[in-house]
Amino acid sequence: MKILVGYKRVVDYNVRIQVKPDGSGVVTDGVKLSANPFDDIALEEALRLRDKGIATEVVVVTLGPADCQAHLRNGLAMGANRAIHVVTDQPVQPLTAARALLKLVEKEEPQIVLLGKQAIDDDANQTGQMLATLWGRPQATFASKVDATDSTALVIREVDAGLETLEVQLPAVITTDLRLNEPRFIKLPDIMKAKSKPMETINFADLGVEDGNHLKTSTYAPPAKRSRGVMVKDVAELVSALKAKGLA
Amino acid sequence: MSKILIVAEHLDGKLNPSTARCVSCAQAIDGAEIHVAVLSDSPDAVAAEAAKIDGVAKVLAVANAANAHPVAQVLAPQVAKLAEGYSHVFGPSTTFGKDLMPCVAALLGVAQVSDIMAVESSHVFKRPIYAGNAIITVEAPSSMTVVATVRTASWPQAGEGGSASVEPTSVTATLPEHTRFVELKQGKSDRPDLQGAAKVISGGRAMGSPDAFKIIYSLADKMGAAVGASRAAVDAGYVPNELQVGQTGKIIAPDLYVAIGISGAIQHLTGIKDAGTIVAINKDPEAPIFEIADIGLVGDLFQIVPELEKAL
Repeated sequence: MKILVGYKRVVDYNVRIQVKPDGSGVVTDGVKLSANPFDDIALEEALRLRDKGIATEVVVVTLGPADCQAHLRNGLAMGANRAIHVVTDQPVQPLTAARALLKLVEKEEPQIVLLGKQAIDDDANQTGQMLATLWGRPQATFASKVDATDSTALVIREVDAGLETLEVQLPAVITTDLRLNEPRFIKLPDIMKAKSKPMETINFADLGVEDGNHLKTSTYAPPAKRSRGVMVKDVAELVSALKAKGLA
Repeated sequence: MSKILIVAEHLDGKLNPSTARCVSCAQAIDGAEIHVAVLSDSPDAVAAEAAKIDGVAKVLAVANAANAHPVAQVLAPQVAKLAEGYSHVFGPSTTFGKDLMPCVAALLGVAQVSDIMAVESSHVFKRPIYAGNAIITVEAPSSMTVVATVRTASWPQAGEGGSASVEPTSVTATLPEHTRFVELKQGKSDRPDLQGAAKVISGGRAMGSPDAFKIIYSLADKMGAAVGASRAAVDAGYVPNELQVGQTGKIIAPDLYVAIGISGAIQHLTGIKDAGTIVAINKDPEAPIFEIADIGLVGDLFQIVPELEKAL
């Protein structure tokens, strides 16, 4: 089977982002960009399914500006067979991303689409669910274990109450949680090999995706600052500080 | 005028408190009429609970054997049908709501507003991005239904004392059969629920072992607090995953949060920023957790925690 993996580029998770003083956005110039951590986990899971002989081909997909090619090459170096780059300079909101992915799904006919549960920039947690809905196929979100056969997948999901198991018929959309796996590191020879792997480039406009119904963002603001705290020197001081606040 | 439908979250015949938090958010919209939809195989007990929430005008009880477990792709077509005539459809920003609401939005062909933390007007909301390090103001298209999840940590539970009418409601929608619920393994605990608790004690990697976590449980029991953990503690296997607090775990806002042996990574801080008072106990005076702590104590947690338990 073929697995399609969504592979978004975002500001690196270790970066402390800054809101621009005029409130028009966050500072991204000169900031380190990386694969969305959840998408690395999605790609790793797809590669493991290929290692087990369940999948035969893993395709990574990115919607993003022209300079996303290096990012996709990383996905290829990690082990994906080929890459699809949908080129757009506009930020893509989840509904539009889901519609765009559906076009690719119709063309590629994967049995599993693996996406991260959320991107750590917009924190939306929507695209996988929207894709499954538009596609009319099952979803298993927040996956922490995936057992797939040719026709079904048994997925353990991390939910608030504990761990839920669903069995979904394929094709299906699975979104990854943190504990699904530990993504592999990229080795130097694989970076060289990745250079000769196929990368298809499609202009976003050529997909024929219906745009619109978007949310309009007016302002960006830093979060409210907490006032500076106090340091206490021992447990006795801590207890009296808590008592003073009525918390002990 | 806004007519708002809230999708109730429930488990084992009990309403989840996140539903009453969604009601508070809905009440922040001027002149809203608030209805709650309960989808279940036997919705009566949950519907009766929902009817008591202050501010709820009506409860729609949808009984269907297919709704015995909350499978998003089964619930979504029903919620999308129920949404007709409503200006807004809200669900909680819990794993239940995050799983379901984007499906509803996709069926209605609208963008979803995730994690509403403040209401500016009927179509303008504030929500966090980048792990809560920026707050954006977003406007939903005025001509379409607003589908949103409500950041539960930002809203208090609406009180009890309401007496809404409960209307058994049938929905005609084609439901898929491609998903089978197998089981739910729940973490068993007598302690308060992490998301609703007034006090939370969390441990991090510095605990060192599952066994060492006992001093956290013991302190929590003394204080009547819920127990949480950092990702590092969960990944190390010290505690189950449902205790994780942070960007990808639970986002909580207790009156008191005590972080023990937690350094305070960005991803953890986003889960606790709205806590009333944050106490940090850590042996590293440079730990980032001290930057947001209201009260900090530098020292060995294995000494401090038992001492604290005794002193309280």
